[in-house]
Amino acid sequence: MEILNLEGAEDTPKIILDKKNGIFEISGRSLPEDSAEFYRPVLEWIEKYGSDANPSTEFVFKLEYFNTASSKLILDVLSALEDIKGMKILWYFHEDDEDMEEAGQEFSELVEIPFEFKTY
Amino acid sequence: MNFIYDLHRTMMSQKLILVYQGDFTQESTKSILSMAERNLDSSGEESNIKRKVFNVMVEALQNIVKHSDELVDGQMRSHAAIFLIGKEANRYCIMSGNPIQKKNVESLNKKLEHINSLDKDGLKDLYKEIIKNTTISDKGGAGLGFVDMARKSGEKLEFSFPEMSADYCFFCLKVNVPREAE
Repeated sequence: MEILNLEGAEDTPKIILDKKNGIFEISGRSLPEDSAEFYRPVLEWIEKYGSDANPSTEFVFKLEYFNTASSKLILDVLSALEDIKGMKILWYFHEDDEDMEEAGQEFSELVEIPFEFKTY
Repeated sequence: MNFIYDLHRTMMSQKLILVYQGDFTQESTKSILSMAERNLDSSGEESNIKRKVFNVMVEALQNIVKHSDELVDGQMRSHAAIFLIGKEANRYCIMSGNPIQKKNVESLNKKLEHINSLDKDGLKDLYKEIIKNTTISDKGGAGLGFVDMARKSGEKLEFSFPEMSADYCFFCLKVNVPREAE
């Protein structure tokens, strides 16, 4: 399966989705002008991955900041991951960033996937 | 030329550290954010306060980009809006102003009053309610901006709609971010 690799920018996150090496990570800042357009390839990639997923997947969110339009798309990403067996979310937040911790907790209440919280 | 000095004095007395007026796009948003960030960094502001200010700024700026109504006045068409940041001893004030068609004032006013009627838990419930049920609008918004600003600031949103013309009001918004940790 092809690797999805998006370089981060000041308003878009860095994204690596690599089935072979087991790397699934969204990190950095997310405030794109058009969040639906930006996350579309991610959602498409996950849909394909779901049909032939690894036995277990640790999907990493290591976001420094995301805007509200991105939060809706992050929920869409999580909903797409929800149907994949062996899925687990690693939600990273900066140790003094309560808002990012709380955001992760809220997402964990909205989908049926185990979340592990980690600081960096 | 005295207006230059007058404007300068107004900015000083209102403790404004950044004022931008003009067209608002994703590009100008990024420039304003990076200027404001540099300012916050150089003043050595605490990182959790910085994050909250940044958060509110993004939502306020993207609201203008997405929702400011084009002002049509005879032959004149303009998107001119204004964005300001004030820094007081105990808080940052993120302020914006943009034209809005009069017919849209009532629904916006209602939405903001509803947000202001809610406490912390009420805002959290509203946020989850909207995010579960919303789809991204053709303008690219999730309908969560004001709720998020209220949550991040921890204070009531201040707003008013002074009249511009027969068809337009100027939507003024002020969001305060306390500088003392809770």
